[in-house]
Amino acid sequence: METSNITRRRITEYLLEGKRFDSRKLLEYRNIEIESPVSNKAEGSAFVRIGKTEVAAGVKLGVSEPYTDSEDLGTLVTTVELSPLASERFELGPPKIEAIELARVVDRGIRESGFIDFNKLCIKSGEKVWTVFVDIYPLNDDGNLIDASSLAAVAALQNAVMPKYNEKTERVEFGKWTSKKLPLTEHMPLTLTLHKISRSIILDPCREEEDAQETRVSFAISPKGKDCMINAMQKGNESALTQDEISKMIDTAVEEWKKIYPAIAEKIKKVTAR
Amino acid sequence: MEAIKQDSRDMKSEMTEQTAEKKKRDIVIPGETIVTGSEYLPGDCTARDGEDIVAIRFGLSDITDRFVKVIPLAGVYIPRKGNSIICKVTDITFNGWIMDINSPYMGFLQVMECSKFVNKNDLTEYLDFGDMVVAEVYAIKHRGVDLTLRARGLGKLEDGMIISINPNKVPRVIGREGSMINLIKHETGCNITVGQNGLVWIKGRTVESELFAKEAIMLIVEKSFVDGLTEKVEEFLEKNRKKFGNSVKSEEKGK
Repeated sequence: METSNITRRRITEYLLEGKRFDSRKLLEYRNIEIESPVSNKAEGSAFVRIGKTEVAAGVKLGVSEPYTDSEDLGTLVTTVELSPLASERFELGPPKIEAIELARVVDRGIRESGFIDFNKLCIKSGEKVWTVFVDIYPLNDDGNLIDASSLAAVAALQNAVMPKYNEKTERVEFGKWTSKKLPLTEHMPLTLTLHKISRSIILDPCREEEDAQETRVSFAISPKGKDCMINAMQKGNESALTQDEISKMIDTAVEEWKKIYPAIAEKIKKVTAR
Repeated sequence: MEAIKQDSRDMKSEMTEQTAEKKKRDIVIPGETIVTGSEYLPGDCTARDGEDIVAIRFGLSDITDRFVKVIPLAGVYIPRKGNSIICKVTDITFNGWIMDINSPYMGFLQVMECSKFVNKNDLTEYLDFGDMVVAEVYAIKHRGVDLTLRARGLGKLEDGMIISINPNKVPRVIGREGSMINLIKHETGCNITVGQNGLVWIKGRTVESELFAKEAIMLIVEKSFVDGLTEKVEEFLEKNRKKFGNSVKSEEKGK
């Protein structure tokens, strides 16, 4: 059921007093759990739980022709399926705007951070390159699907190994893997989405808070040397933001990223190790 | 109140049955055979299939003498006549409102069933889209569920907040003759209405007290099958009274 008007009003009032609907602090994340691998048929897979939000992601590799403007680079395809399993608000059928946006935000975060080393995914320049398929399946929606999906995608990629490729038949052999890992760099991105409700800015909203939000900005941030770099940004919903608010959001995102990134990166590396 | 009474009666019979014959309760899934034998009688959420008695809901099987039933653990709310529920306006027609009752069925509230005069030319004056109402189920037809506001304690919810819980846990949250909910009401100083459809309305004087009541209700839902639940809840309320602020206490003093 959609969140009612009175609950929305209440959430806004709470936030002005610095209190949240589930007694968290404004910029406090819920408990994050990462499991990997979760599928024995995929090249890499991961399952992420943020509070009650659950997302599964899988990575498959295929061989295809490269794009003509980048003949020696591998390609990345990200898809999200919002199935009715996750929430009664989602319906079967072709992806709708929410699913497309979610997939593109996740895709951009991974692509622009340079997390995947596309140069090493070239088999024969101009003819054959590896295509990385990242398929994301939210299994339960209790808010903050963007961050959860990005995290699951990154963990699945970190977990991925290269499959066996048969040169003669020009096919990827199903269910057979090499010992080589998917070529990745150290720029592992982490997406943080800041949500604005009235004058308050919060992280990791639950379902009700997400319904009460006016606007949101997603930041994909990856480490660069000892510092960090914002790789991608995406604003969602209609409501406008002032210049000051955007600068403040950027500062907050970077600050929070510095707090939580080391632990999450370590956790991902630990659980995805093969 | 009617619904609360009815439920506490259910709870009571459940309790006495449990003490009369302590039998292990098994988790069953739809289609699973609970017992075999024509001497058994199928009760709630079960059906007879030849000699077998099979479950038709996911839950705990309960066998008392010859009577077999399933206490559902999950699933949607199925409306029953006389239930008081919390619902939301999703559409407005020329003679009433279509309501979301947190169930697979639609609810319909006729203008005639309102307790006060409503201008028929502009129904939004009384109830607008997204407004919440406490209503009572007075008839169930094959097309949908008819609701009424013509009873005590029913009407529009102007303030406060709504949380949603598993509808199957509603009897636990209410407790025997409303004991559990009264405990929370007394401790937090909040106004609470538990709808049979799993929506709970909470209104307190302060933010802290509302969140405190919410936490307590969530605790009951989570630990609904623990022995001595009332003591656990009392303990929780006692322990967290300080954390959720002195505002609750000062409120009591004010009274």
